[in-house]
Amino acid sequence: MAQQIPMVDYLVLGDSPHLVANECTDCGAKFFDRRNACASCGGTSFKKTDIATEGEIRSFTIVTAFMPGADNYVPVVVDLGGTSVRGQLINAPAEAANIALGQKVRLTTYSIGADTAGTEAINYGFEPVN
Amino acid sequence: MANDDIWILGINMTKFGKHPDKDVVDLASEAALAALADGGVTIKEIGVLAAGNLMGAAAGIGQQLQKQIGQTGIPVFNVANACATGATALRTVIMAIKAGECDMGLAVGVEKLSGAGMLGAGFGVAASDEWTPSGRYGAVSGFEGKLGTDMMPGVFAQVGMEYLHQHPYDGADFELFAGISAKNHFNSTMNPLAAIQKDMSVEQIMAEPMIAYPNTRAMCSANSDGAAAAVVVSGAKLRTLSKEQQKRAVKVSASVLTSDPYQEACQILPDVNTLTRVAAKQAYELAGVGPDDLDLVELHDCFATAELVHYDNLMLCSEGNAVDFFLSGATTRDGKTPVNVSGGLESKGHPIAATGIANIWEICYHLRGEAGPRQIEGAKVGLAHVIGLGSACGVHILEKSGL
Repeated sequence: MAQQIPMVDYLVLGDSPHLVANECTDCGAKFFDRRNACASCGGTSFKKTDIATEGEIRSFTIVTAFMPGADNYVPVVVDLGGTSVRGQLINAPAEAANIALGQKVRLTTYSIGADTAGTEAINYGFEPVN
Repeated sequence: MANDDIWILGINMTKFGKHPDKDVVDLASEAALAALADGGVTIKEIGVLAAGNLMGAAAGIGQQLQKQIGQTGIPVFNVANACATGATALRTVIMAIKAGECDMGLAVGVEKLSGAGMLGAGFGVAASDEWTPSGRYGAVSGFEGKLGTDMMPGVFAQVGMEYLHQHPYDGADFELFAGISAKNHFNSTMNPLAAIQKDMSVEQIMAEPMIAYPNTRAMCSANSDGAAAAVVVSGAKLRTLSKEQQKRAVKVSASVLTSDPYQEACQILPDVNTLTRVAAKQAYELAGVGPDDLDLVELHDCFATAELVHYDNLMLCSEGNAVDFFLSGATTRDGKTPVNVSGGLESKGHPIAATGIANIWEICYHLRGEAGPRQIEGAKVGLAHVIGLGSACGVHILEKSGL
């Protein structure tokens, strides 16, 4: 199998891909970026926490792609078991009539292409749960 | 007037729109000189200058302006605070006067944005032959179109849609937001300083090119050029000026600037709600007025989806009832709380650093009874709100002079 690299370092690949957050050990606030301290309480101690892979759409938009040949895309804010995450709705039509606030979705992954060394970059997205 | 009261003595905004023959210094000079003239004072009486030009934040617009209108040696604060830059300049001058550093100051905001396209895009991460993690998320590629959007129309679309998730609405969301835009476009027909003066029906607005659902082009603030400036004076100083100056002066009953307190999700989708609510609460307390006392409100409708949430954040309606509040007609010119009678950013235009002072100009215009055909009759109290992503929120409550 070709080498893989995650699109972002808070995406864990493997048999059960999921997101991992830096959780403040003092107040429990979760962050996905590299931290200097906690924006909620000022604490400086963090632990890694796995985030649920199913949740619901809290908000969405459909961005019109103006680059020739590019497809419209659907940014979403998803509530994964109490933790909000940004991403895109995939494997579904980019049409408002087909997207509902509160809709159940699950995390899935896909390749965004291989580099010159043959390493594939893997991104995550959210697809509807039927 | 108490000695430590703060007053707007003179204020001006240029026409917003395309100014191909003027640079930022021309526009800033035009607004500053007109604000000084409006207040009946000169640059020689100004003790502090705060100025902002977001797109040229490193260039020092304050000193550039002084080199055209008067190098008097006073302290200059060049400020940058996203779309709240103008309000921040005003707040800075007010703080200097409140601190007793001087008794009169000038705040200026200016921007040239015509043809700038969509702001906020982070297509990001330098091209490399090999995927290389970089930045605080260890990303191998830019986020835009892969992990959502950082472009403003899409960010604020999500802000509005999130409100409808928290407070479910059975009707058609697209039409609701287009209706807000239609109200503002209608208002713009009475404002000759607006970049776009075009009455548009809900149907016309919905038929415009979609930018980021549910925001069509007509529901997005117009990138435009413009400047606005205000002369601020202490109550003690105002008492030494003429009766006419005292009569036209507008009292700043509250001047508040906040940043966003931590909330779950605020680093996922900007939370423009909490800091606005906090600022509004502080402002009402400082001014000793409530939302029901407001004769008009200019709020930050950078997108139609944003206006809805700020009805709630500014407590113009009961919590969770922004949709019903709008649908009741409360925010039209003739309604209970007229909102964005200037036409709002969607039609007036949004030259970023000028916006936070231009909103205050609109309120002053009505409180002075000088607004001509679009005058809100008998206006005595108004509120101006502005928000810059990141975030910063400015709320000012203004009152008509008692003289």
